[in-house]
Amino acid sequence: MAENINKILESLSPNEQRILPHLEEKNVTEICKKSNLDKVSVIRSLEYLKNKGLIKISRKQRKIIDVGVNGALYRRKGLPERRLLALLEEKRIIKIEDAEKQSGLSEEEFRASLGALKKKAFIELKNGKIILGAKKEEISKKSPEELFIESLPMEYGSLSEKQQHTLESLKNRKGIIELIDEKTMGIELTSLGKEIMALGLKNKDLIEQITPEMLKKEPLWKGKKFRRYEVSLPLSRISGGKRHFVNQAADYARTVWTQMGFKEMSGDLVVSSFWNFDALFTAQDHPVREMQDTFFLEKKEELPDKKIVKSVKEAHETGVPGSTGWRYKWDEEEAKRLVLRTHTTVLSAQTLAKLKQEELPAKFFAIGKCFRNETVDWSHGFEFNQTEGIVIDSKANFRHLLGYLKAFFTKMGFEKIRFRPGYFPYTEPSVEIDCWYPEKKAWLELGGAGIFRPEVVIPLLGKNVPVLAWGPGFDRMVMDYYNIKDLRELYKNDINQLRKMKFWLKT
Amino acid sequence: MAIVTFSKKQFEKDIGTFDEQMKNKIPMFGTPIEREEKDEISIEVFPNRPDLLSYHGFKRSFLAFLGKKTGLVNYKINKPEENYGVIVDSSVKDIRPYTACAIVRGLQLDDEKIKEIIDIQERLHMTVGRRRKRAAIGIYPLEKIELPITFKAVEPDKIRFIPLEMDKEISGLEILQRHSAGKKYSHLLAGKIKFPIFTDSKGQILSMPPVINSKLTGKITQETRDVFIECSGFDFEILKTCLNIIVTCMADMGGKIYQMELRYGYIKKEKTPDLTPRKMKLSLENANGLLGTNINEKQLKQLLEKMGYNYKNKTAEIPAWRTDILHEVDLIEDVAIAYGYENLSPEIPDISTIGGEDSRETIKRKFSEILSGLGMIEVSNYHLTNKTDQIEKMGLPEKTILTSIRDSKTEYNALRQNLSHFLLKNLSENVDSEYPQKIFEIGKVFQIVSEKVTEEEMLACAFAPGNFTDVKQALEYFFRMLALDSEISFSEPKNPPHWFIEGRTAEIYLNEKNLGFVGEIHPKILKNWRIKMPVALLEIELEEVFKMLIR
Repeated sequence: MAENINKILESLSPNEQRILPHLEEKNVTEICKKSNLDKVSVIRSLEYLKNKGLIKISRKQRKIIDVGVNGALYRRKGLPERRLLALLEEKRIIKIEDAEKQSGLSEEEFRASLGALKKKAFIELKNGKIILGAKKEEISKKSPEELFIESLPMEYGSLSEKQQHTLESLKNRKGIIELIDEKTMGIELTSLGKEIMALGLKNKDLIEQITPEMLKKEPLWKGKKFRRYEVSLPLSRISGGKRHFVNQAADYARTVWTQMGFKEMSGDLVVSSFWNFDALFTAQDHPVREMQDTFFLEKKEELPDKKIVKSVKEAHETGVPGSTGWRYKWDEEEAKRLVLRTHTTVLSAQTLAKLKQEELPAKFFAIGKCFRNETVDWSHGFEFNQTEGIVIDSKANFRHLLGYLKAFFTKMGFEKIRFRPGYFPYTEPSVEIDCWYPEKKAWLELGGAGIFRPEVVIPLLGKNVPVLAWGPGFDRMVMDYYNIKDLRELYKNDINQLRKMKFWLKT
Repeated sequence: MAIVTFSKKQFEKDIGTFDEQMKNKIPMFGTPIEREEKDEISIEVFPNRPDLLSYHGFKRSFLAFLGKKTGLVNYKINKPEENYGVIVDSSVKDIRPYTACAIVRGLQLDDEKIKEIIDIQERLHMTVGRRRKRAAIGIYPLEKIELPITFKAVEPDKIRFIPLEMDKEISGLEILQRHSAGKKYSHLLAGKIKFPIFTDSKGQILSMPPVINSKLTGKITQETRDVFIECSGFDFEILKTCLNIIVTCMADMGGKIYQMELRYGYIKKEKTPDLTPRKMKLSLENANGLLGTNINEKQLKQLLEKMGYNYKNKTAEIPAWRTDILHEVDLIEDVAIAYGYENLSPEIPDISTIGGEDSRETIKRKFSEILSGLGMIEVSNYHLTNKTDQIEKMGLPEKTILTSIRDSKTEYNALRQNLSHFLLKNLSENVDSEYPQKIFEIGKVFQIVSEKVTEEEMLACAFAPGNFTDVKQALEYFFRMLALDSEISFSEPKNPPHWFIEGRTAEIYLNEKNLGFVGEIHPKILKNWRIKMPVALLEIELEEVFKMLIR
């Protein structure tokens, strides 16, 4: 016990030591005066003393009724109705507009006074005139409102029923009454506190902050005690600079892909329909190419290399060897229309067009923004991230595609996934990847993949080589990790949220 | 997205118990379950399989997939009877050049079947028909029609009949102006001097495709036994497949299919429907190669039969209602579906390639590290913005050029031309967060340079509260950490951006190239954004920096 008391004594900060002798004041303002400390320091120190078990603090709340700005004025000058009565006593009958002018009241006060006097049946209004009906003794008596204002301040709890009634009517008038929530603090020494006070506070020699000056002179610290800190005490929060969490996730995905031997692709966000659609064998009358799904710019762009354009056109019109194509007249102008890319698959198409035969086998990936003309809700946005990948290899097959996808999704934290048939105009076979959500007891879609059709590969690469390709959305994975339920939260840039956000810590 | 809904009771009667196993099986056929209700099941049908757009079409294929009725389903096609003909007048050649027609007899229709027929017609219109632009379908009770039929084009004011949902005879032009379907599809006939119509041998108008049928001949009821079906449009092959999808669905309902003779004035005569299967070579080697499987010829045959094909002499016979088989790979996908995606074990091949990040991404991440080290928080804004944020609130002249997006569904309808306005927007939306606030963003902005849209990678930082010294110091630290071969310099700009305070803005130079500006934001701009803190901001282009860092 003695040791414990010693420890407590050594942990008392200078402020705590300063206020301890003045606790009998039981009133923060008084303690402030006596200890010569500001209110915040006193309250904080009281809190610390409470945590150390030296004092007990009880908090009480009282509702106090006091006069407001106008109330204070009326207490001196009389209520407006009293002033109006004085005028009426003199005239007995007076035109309303004359009364307003002569009373010297504001329009609002005047109206309130008329109301109050009518309610008491002191006056009658007839033909635009005020007629005083009340007797002299009635008038000279102080009204309940006047009595009420005079007796302020009062505690709400102590009001009689009548006074409550008066309060209600006065509350409706501007600035007469003010309701104050007064918080009071009861401070009491515990037995431990009393014991310590009895011992006396003699620890003046405790070292507080260590200062550079102190370190220069040994006697200033040698053999002295350091004031003990309350080490388990919660502190106010600080936060630091950091990378945006979606970018942290993208950085991680980059590492996963590069570790699997993939090279990153990059490119423009604004591309021609040629790269976004035509090169990917999406027929020109396909519904996805309509304005309600895609952002079109009011500009056009020249098409690339004539040879590629010609072979893409042929793939659409008559197909490639072994294929019938879409059998329609392909329009070059339609292909020139600029769009905000709707998928990162654009990058795969452009990469295939640049790739040389001797560079095979090759593997590429991308992570980037894509755009769709969508209204925004919790699960849809007009901007979103996709992660793209292609493997170009003469021996590549569908099971390899599933293998890469499984490896990636496992790394992203999705344990139980399933592959089911899907459809995209540019892949065959196509596959959809679902993930099992135990809490929802349902399979949810993560994204699509497939092997590029020969109608895509031959025009771009010059020969038919299997190209495994995928482009699942990326944001869903980020939302999952951060437990975000609404897609809009990803790009809200709420600084509080960003400060709180944990780091992406997957390995 | 096309959804097909059918009764659970019917499904269980025709196909099997709708239990957990079945629920897992249906998506593995390529038709994910969209909804399950007490009495109804809804599945999603992908755009490549319009033949699954009716319950009967789905049932036929799915029974094969389950191994219950495998192989190509054979339908009896009856030769045209007398007068089962359609005269296609050359007047439609430049207006709506093709039609494919059929007659189905002996139907026993109840409300459910009538609904299915109307539904498949509507779904085909929406999908393969491209909202009736490419193909439109009409189905008529045969007892109200005198065969043969004529398909011709006539001046709109000479077309007069009572359209469905109306009680009065009106002209072709009036239909487009006044009828709800007419208004909806008028754009498909816009600019045509003549409108296409189907008439019977008495000259009675059956319909004006692709808009509306006649009230007198255009609606099937429970009493209808025999029907005349026409598909009209621009791609004869598509029309024939559409027709095949409908007649086989009706045959599955118990109808008998009759051909009609199409007497074209400008292409050779033809009889439709024709359900002769298309043939396509399929090599076992290619299938195994693409799928990574090791199946034999016999298994291949079995798998194809599960998907409704026949397979003889290394050749697949393709049902005439399939539109999606363009290439051998399309058959191979069906082989994979029959094999079961769940049975294809994932494998990582032994291919050696060297991975690598895009150098710019590496560098950008380093930039982010440097700035985070200074206590800045990275933000990430949309690439799309709007006039209010980019122009009005930034105090730019009304006429400033915007790169606008057509018909955006949100208020974001222009490409961002700088990051600065977004950082001010961020500060403006965070006035109740604790200060100081230091934020930065690295990202692309768009400019129009000689009529071309260009993309430029930018870096921007904003401090609130902040002054010129704060941000300039940060910028100088940033460049010291990059230790480029040349140093940045500052000078007083001639034309600083509108949002800065004159005399407190510097132009930043690297290799004599202007990278951007650093300065204090003018109170009038802060007022526009309702920011109650002094803000200092910088924005620079990164291209020149990249050039010096990436060799």
